[in-house]
Amino acid sequence: MSTPLLEMRNISIHFGGIKAVDDVSIDVMPGEVVGLLGHNGAGKSTLIKILSGAYKKDAGEIFVDGKKVEINSPIDARAHNIETIYQTLALSDNLDAASNLFLGREITTKFGLVDDTAMEAESRKIMARLNPNFKRFSEPVRSLSGGQRQSVAIARAVYFNARILIMDEPTAALGVHETAMVADLIKELKAQGLGIFLISHDTREMMELCDRVSVMKNGQLIGTERVEDVTEDDILSMIIMGKNPKKAA
Amino acid sequence: MSGGLGNLIKTLQIDTRLLGMIGAFIAISLVFHVATGGTFLTPRNLFTLTLQTASVAVMATGMVFVIVTRNIDLSIGSLLGIIGMLMGVIQVQILPDFVGFGHPSIWIITVLIGLVLGAVIGGFQGWLIGYLTIPSFIVTLGGLLIWRGGAWWVSKGTTISPLDPNFVMLGGASGTIGVTASWGLAIVGSILTVLFLISTRRKHISHGFAVKPLWAEYALGAILVGAICGITAIMNAYLVPTRILERRFAAEGLEMPEGYTEAYGFPISVLIVLFVTIAMTIVAKKTRFGRYVFAMGGNPDAAELSGINTRMLTVKVFALMGALTAIAAVIASARLGSAGSSLGELDELRVIAAAVIGGTALAGGVGTIYGAILGALIMQALVSGMGMVGVDSPLQNMIVGGVLILAVWIDIIYRRKTGDA
Repeated sequence: MSTPLLEMRNISIHFGGIKAVDDVSIDVMPGEVVGLLGHNGAGKSTLIKILSGAYKKDAGEIFVDGKKVEINSPIDARAHNIETIYQTLALSDNLDAASNLFLGREITTKFGLVDDTAMEAESRKIMARLNPNFKRFSEPVRSLSGGQRQSVAIARAVYFNARILIMDEPTAALGVHETAMVADLIKELKAQGLGIFLISHDTREMMELCDRVSVMKNGQLIGTERVEDVTEDDILSMIIMGKNPKKAA
Repeated sequence: MSGGLGNLIKTLQIDTRLLGMIGAFIAISLVFHVATGGTFLTPRNLFTLTLQTASVAVMATGMVFVIVTRNIDLSIGSLLGIIGMLMGVIQVQILPDFVGFGHPSIWIITVLIGLVLGAVIGGFQGWLIGYLTIPSFIVTLGGLLIWRGGAWWVSKGTTISPLDPNFVMLGGASGTIGVTASWGLAIVGSILTVLFLISTRRKHISHGFAVKPLWAEYALGAILVGAICGITAIMNAYLVPTRILERRFAAEGLEMPEGYTEAYGFPISVLIVLFVTIAMTIVAKKTRFGRYVFAMGGNPDAAELSGINTRMLTVKVFALMGALTAIAAVIASARLGSAGSSLGELDELRVIAAAVIGGTALAGGVGTIYGAILGALIMQALVSGMGMVGVDSPLQNMIVGGVLILAVWIDIIYRRKTGDA
């Protein structure tokens, strides 16, 4: 077996006395989609926020291409080409698409000033690929639809040559058509060799999009299975009972 | 907006809020012009109006950033007081002993010390807000009491005067640049404006973006250049009174030629406001710092997740507010020629009102520099106009209070209609 693109090994974090993530290990291969499943409060989002640099882990190690890395801030994560699309989208509603896309990584002119024209031009290029219907570049993103906002968030992650993409409930706020669009995009990015962590509550969607699923409960990893080896019911029982039926069998 | 006019404004890409504020200012001016029997819209009164607005306008640009980041600064009036007082002590009681009275280095050293003081005190308040997470309302409410008390303490309640003669020029009342230099500035400003319009258009075309029709560019350029020249003409139309000129000639032992006139031109304090406005607009629109200020105001979590250090940003925003307050302290004390312990009293409220009337949303994320300047001008026009008409000062306050509430209500309706927030 080859080296995982990314591996989180024995990760733990606690808030006060509560172990939000307890000794969890997950990994993702290039061109693979790994789903993270579990109830609210199971620790999925917390685990992912450690990877994206929003939280600092208390214990454990992270490896990119088999090399140990330290991720202490969102900037560190970005430096390792780890990009995150948050459940809450994490857009500044008062700024336009280009400003959001480049937030924290603005293109500047030779005088060190922000180059809005260049950023809009780049935004138009990437949007033409991701969501050709997107035309509203000069409006604040608050006036955009859920799907359009989601394409801005995805464009932001993809533009900077992400190798590892974290998607936290990317379709939670979307309609049927837009959900299908995101699903297509995930397949395309996967084909390009990105490693993707996908968080969702929709078990059926996960069975369709993911190669493997990892199930968490109460901060612990219940198990990681290839989707073709398990049924939807197996996964549901892992989520609800916190037991891996395959191991029990 | 209906039909043709709406399309025109859209094609020119002019902010309707800006038009609304200019309209409000003109309406207020016209009402007072009639009510005062034709003295409001005179070069002399408009000159005075800009002088009176200058210090609040400078601070209002900083307040936009403070409010955009979802904070408030109640301390600036008191901060202006203590910085003005300390600068007074430095230029009157300390520096003359070292460099001699009236030495040209006095005003420079004084202003520099003031700027550093403002930035440090503001930055310290920002640190309490950003890093110790004490609400800005509380920190600056404390600051309001502390710095006002401090200002009194520095002088034991006395007023320091007269200030250094060079320093006093910065207030504008006695420091103007004259007709020729004013027109020179207007020409340079017009050329830069036109060059800016051309370069923006070229850049948009080179990236293949849609651009305004050429006639619209010409119209916009004409409006801007017209505004610059119009304001300059007004400043240059205010003539120095004959007896002051006579006195000046007499002092040099000369006879004043028959029919000799001289105009004031731009006051230095107004030039400072212009410079601050342009600089702050560039900071807001074209620097990473400005972009992050607005990003943080729109969504602090998103800013944080994008790798922006929002705590440090808060420190910088308040340090900038402090430095601008120091500039305002220079203008305010120089205009009066003295530094008293009540200098800047209630200025925090005027400044907040100016920013809010100018369209800065207290919820954060929204605000413009030019709006704040216009807001300050509208407020001052109201106050001066009422003073000229003879409205009692208690009633003046009541009217200004009412106008503030009305302006914010109109703004809320405007935003709802345009889906702007």
